[in-house]
Amino acid sequence: MPGKLKAKIVAGRHLPVMDRASDLTDAFVEVKFGNTTFKTDVYPKSLNPQWNSEWFKFEVDDEDLQDEPLQITVLDHDTYSANDAIGKVYIDIDPLLSSEAATVISGWFPIYDTIHGIRGEINVLVKVDLFNDLNRFRQSSCGVKFFCTTSIPRCYRAALVHGFVEELVVNEDPEYQWIDRIRTPRASNEARQRLISLMSGELQRKIGLKVLEMGGNAVVGYLQCFDLEGESGLVVRAIGTACTLDKLIPGSEIKEPVFSEDPTHPLSVPPTPLRTLPSSSSPPPFSPSKLCSRQSSSSDTDLSLTPKMGMGSGISVGKEAGPLKTLLRQQAQSALEQREFPFFTLTCFPPGFLVHIGGVVSARSVKLLDRIHNPDEPETRDAWWEEIRQEIKSHAKALGCHAVVGYSESTTICEEVCILSASGTAAMLNPRFMREGSVCVYSRFDDASPPSCGFCHIPYDEFNMPFPAQLTYCYHCRRQKVPDVLFTTIDLPAEAAVTGKGCLIQARLCRTKKKAQGEVNATAISNLLPFMEYELHTQLMNKLKLRCMNALFGLRIQISVGENMLLGLASATGVYLSALPAPGGIQIAGKTPSDLSYDQHISTMQKRINDTIAMNKELYNIHPPECIEEVVGSPIPDRQRSRLFRSTSESSDELSELDLSHGKKDAFVLEVCYALLRCLSIYLSLSPGFYSCNTEVMPGIYNWTSGLQMFTSVRVYRLNNANLTNQGLNKIFTDLCENLLKSLYFKLRSMIPCCLCHLNFTVAVPEEELIQVRRHTPKNTSPILFIFPINILVRVKEIKLCVFVCFPGSGENEEQLQFSMELCGESTSSNNQPTAKPSVSSVDYGSFADRCSTWLELLRLKAHTIRRGSVKTTSSSERCSPLPEVRSRSLRSTRSLPCGAPVTVVKMTPLSFLPRTRIVKYLGIINMFFIRETTSLREEGGVSGFLHSFIAEVFAMVRAHVAALGGNAVVSYSMKECVFMENPNKNQAQCLINVSGDAVIFVRESDQEAIPPLITCGQTSTTGADGTT
Amino acid sequence: MSVELDVFVGNTTIMDEEVYQFWLDGYTVNDAVKVRMEGGVLEECEASAEVLRSDTMDQYRTFQMCERLLHSPAKLANQLLFQIPPHRQAMLIERYYTFDGVFVREVLGKKLSKGTKKDLDDVSAKTGVTLKSCRRQFDNFKRVFKVVEELKGPLVENIRQHFLLSDKLARDYAAIVFFANNRFETGKKKLHYLTFQDFAFCAGQLIIVHCNHSRVLMRPALIGKEFLQDLKELKILITDKDLLDQHKSLVCTALRGKTKAFNEMEANFKNLSRGLVNIAAKLTNTKDVRDFFIDLVEKFIEPCRSDKWTAGDMRLYLTHYTNSAHILDTFKHQVVWDRYMGVIKSCILKMYHD
Repeated sequence: MPGKLKAKIVAGRHLPVMDRASDLTDAFVEVKFGNTTFKTDVYPKSLNPQWNSEWFKFEVDDEDLQDEPLQITVLDHDTYSANDAIGKVYIDIDPLLSSEAATVISGWFPIYDTIHGIRGEINVLVKVDLFNDLNRFRQSSCGVKFFCTTSIPRCYRAALVHGFVEELVVNEDPEYQWIDRIRTPRASNEARQRLISLMSGELQRKIGLKVLEMGGNAVVGYLQCFDLEGESGLVVRAIGTACTLDKLIPGSEIKEPVFSEDPTHPLSVPPTPLRTLPSSSSPPPFSPSKLCSRQSSSSDTDLSLTPKMGMGSGISVGKEAGPLKTLLRQQAQSALEQREFPFFTLTCFPPGFLVHIGGVVSARSVKLLDRIHNPDEPETRDAWWEEIRQEIKSHAKALGCHAVVGYSESTTICEEVCILSASGTAAMLNPRFMREGSVCVYSRFDDASPPSCGFCHIPYDEFNMPFPAQLTYCYHCRRQKVPDVLFTTIDLPAEAAVTGKGCLIQARLCRTKKKAQGEVNATAISNLLPFMEYELHTQLMNKLKLRCMNALFGLRIQISVGENMLLGLASATGVYLSALPAPGGIQIAGKTPSDLSYDQHISTMQKRINDTIAMNKELYNIHPPECIEEVVGSPIPDRQRSRLFRSTSESSDELSELDLSHGKKDAFVLEVCYALLRCLSIYLSLSPGFYSCNTEVMPGIYNWTSGLQMFTSVRVYRLNNANLTNQGLNKIFTDLCENLLKSLYFKLRSMIPCCLCHLNFTVAVPEEELIQVRRHTPKNTSPILFIFPINILVRVKEIKLCVFVCFPGSGENEEQLQFSMELCGESTSSNNQPTAKPSVSSVDYGSFADRCSTWLELLRLKAHTIRRGSVKTTSSSERCSPLPEVRSRSLRSTRSLPCGAPVTVVKMTPLSFLPRTRIVKYLGIINMFFIRETTSLREEGGVSGFLHSFIAEVFAMVRAHVAALGGNAVVSYSMKECVFMENPNKNQAQCLINVSGDAVIFVRESDQEAIPPLITCGQTSTTGADGTT
Repeated sequence: MSVELDVFVGNTTIMDEEVYQFWLDGYTVNDAVKVRMEGGVLEECEASAEVLRSDTMDQYRTFQMCERLLHSPAKLANQLLFQIPPHRQAMLIERYYTFDGVFVREVLGKKLSKGTKKDLDDVSAKTGVTLKSCRRQFDNFKRVFKVVEELKGPLVENIRQHFLLSDKLARDYAAIVFFANNRFETGKKKLHYLTFQDFAFCAGQLIIVHCNHSRVLMRPALIGKEFLQDLKELKILITDKDLLDQHKSLVCTALRGKTKAFNEMEANFKNLSRGLVNIAAKLTNTKDVRDFFIDLVEKFIEPCRSDKWTAGDMRLYLTHYTNSAHILDTFKHQVVWDRYMGVIKSCILKMYHD
């Protein structure tokens, strides 16, 4: 009995009218945890009840504390009939279990009903008294911190990175249980919400246990997914990276002294003859180590590489240090070998962690779903994933790497076929962070700043390359070999030197397939997959070259299955890495050279391509320094081939080996080019202030403002059957994606210049038959009306926007800056009004303009007072608490709103940080699952209206939970799942949404420390051009 | 290929003020798209009509969802569904409650009932304001009326606090509510030349500030209970022949040589004075109150206008007319007179235009 949970119900407001006669409600509240339920008194005849209940106390195991949510149900008391439920609030108390996170949950929560949405709000207080439990065999893992953030959280320091943790739990889906035929939709939805909440609690607890076993205290890059397998069950799985984190004391981020006894240090001392390049960084301490290890890697039996000396490299290294490094490497090797899977879900690393990057490794496997017979032993699912991970591991090995970073897993399900995918970036890591049981001294971050080009150097052997690649000497240090292009799934390392700006690069692909069942279907899909992957890569490569770039970061390839089509969407951020060679142009070769007009056509095409490349160079500001071609090994021919940076596998079930030498390239290069040019014309026509990328930070842009806006956009298209050819579909699909982007640019035009970061596309092909929302209707007997049309769901999720215009006075705290920003927008628009309006209609706007100016005046006044208020708060230097904000709010509230204090502003962002602010505290993970259903679709404004309000409600609930924890932002926010089903004939629709993120408290950086974390790296472009602070 | 679903939701609710105005003006999505296209947004961003349509739809949906909250603006500040910066909230509210002068002129003084609402299509046809917009404005009037009716305290302040409106707008609403409550006749042809702002000004003059219940407040200021009798007493100015003559001579002496219209003033003095004092007497009868403006125009403004008085003449005349009464020995109701004439004078001056 190691925990006591206490809850208090304070009040409600804006409750719905439940009694038509009196237009009022007699509300009371049930508080439930586990099997214990408490009730408040009925507060009669009020829409704003004040319960002010006693503290309800639950004495529970900490195992339950981790698994169960606190369940609060608001009901309307009815004397004669059953009490009507108004709605529910689920509160995850996990954040209260860690001593470093939140201590109390207190605030207004929206009361949510699966049928009616948000119906009023309730004020709740929750606390937990935890007793220490030292039982070795305990089943709970209280105190292990979870982070969605895929980098080391900002106010922590990684003492030790332990490695990969994974777990999955399986259950029957309540929607498919027999009882569902008799219970109400509401009951069914609630059962499902509750079950998933329980399962994710259990999953976290189990992962926590594994972390404790490994000796860690936190999980970073926690990624939880649901597989709604339908009849065969519900799988909740999660992966993450176990770490030991030390909390940094805020304000005292003194650099650790460099430990000179570190073996890497002497290595960096001996000067090398080639150090004539104007590199400002210290000589690479790690790259020699690789060479040395290679020299003596005959002992390195784990690596399937033939040991070879780096011949002709002409680099002399401090050989005396060689054995030491070898030792280190072997240590790392063994440290990693100990683990089953040397995987890391992180995408952003502490400096020095990443040594070399091999390239993207991915594996897919097509499986047929079967019923999970024994939920407690989900062996099959475990085995499936095991298989895939093994494959990834072997791929990484083939690339000469001992670890995989930026690792992620996903599934796509269509009826009984399921594609499991895993991808990551093969890499060599610095062993210091993984040494277990070793002295902590080594695991500190010291100042051995790695060379900015180190990660680009090839980890594999030059003469035994796993795939054909053109190697050159690094353009930065001139000592190590680098590939001509680099594909990765991680974020751009902070130390990387880039030329120009980055941009979003997408490859889109549609493939039709015959409708089939079971095994045949699975085989058909797995036969198609390699071709899709190949084509996506070719597209990516060509687009990359068109933009004159040579590296992709944050690569994410999504393949989704529909009944008669497969969709592939690859997104990445292209950059020009200064260390890599300049990409060659694209050459088109005609397939029928005899035709004259065709030749002409080809040549015009070629010209257009060359023009676009030149234009792109301008657009992205890519002006690489002219390089003197050195005599290094073989001269590099014009690179016109695309290569797949992915190792191959022999498994027939999965991807078969690809021959990437281009026997038949001509025709399709041309085809791709059409698409390319089309998309290019779009990119070019954009107003210059727009940038987009899918990584956290836009490469090449460093002057961010703190004005940010997160949004979600969902689109569903219905296709006509007539277009069902590969080419037709491709065109449509490309159009869809581009229209969506265009639409976003249009909507956000007022925020120019701005950058869409972490632009994350998700596509899905819902089942062809319009999904039946209620299962009371028999599934297969009812005639399906819309057979031909297919819905393509192009979902864009969590797109975040950063405006990086600078505003003066960044010393103000968050709200104020936003305020002044919006104010600017305001005044310009009102300037336009008098001129714009008369053309609109004949209505008299005289008085209107009048009024407009009066409230503008009022606004200006208000802004003024607030700004003055902020001076006070910043001078009181309480930046480590959310107090300043509260104060400024109280200042504003002089406006005397009748209904209590205004709502806390909660920012949401898919980034792991907020530009120009400092995160002072992580309050815990937010992981919520909602189901919404309607039986009056038309009345709610059709599918769009329904989903619009649902997404708004989800945002509202996330914000409320964060505010209740005392936070003012969600970072690493993501919408993991958004399943939408409709049946317009029955006027019904249903939607499931799963969101997650980290609740944090942030404060605005004061003037002195206003260096955003992204600027720290030495970059070619101007840093901190926003010198207004 | 058709778009089945198209949704865009921001954490901070994104709104376009231009589209908001279209929505308020009752434009359909198609019309709004058309106007926006003509407005040249497309050239600016090279967006297609489809993009514009999708954007407009999104905005319209957002506004529709917000509308419920706008009905009780105080809720907007502490609701959780939409995260809207405070100054945006103010903008939303202010614009939602802003009305068209043409429209309000049509319903001013009418009972805010279902019957009137049914006739809104006629009003819409007449004024060119879309029916949707008419309904919104009418419902706003009704909502404000309903809330204010129940409240104690000063009318304008109540409106401002409850609906978070600017001072100017709150005053206009006070006027609308005041007119609706007293059912002032404003629709006669003779009154057509008066704008809403004229009426609003007069209403402001007629509303008393110090009173403790809106029900009372919403009656003209001059109908305080203790006042009723006093107003009737003013009749002595026209019933007493001596007093009338004396008053006339005093005024004429003061005016002589100061205006071109002196002759007409002198000739009309008795009629005009009778008109004004009769209006005062009529005010005591609640049912006759509604004719206040028509009386004022018929009995006073029209005669003066036909005699071609200038605004300056009018001011001069009224000043002396009011002041001269003080010199009358037998006239004992100076306080009431001042109060009455103060209101009437400013009303007339405001209404005296073409």
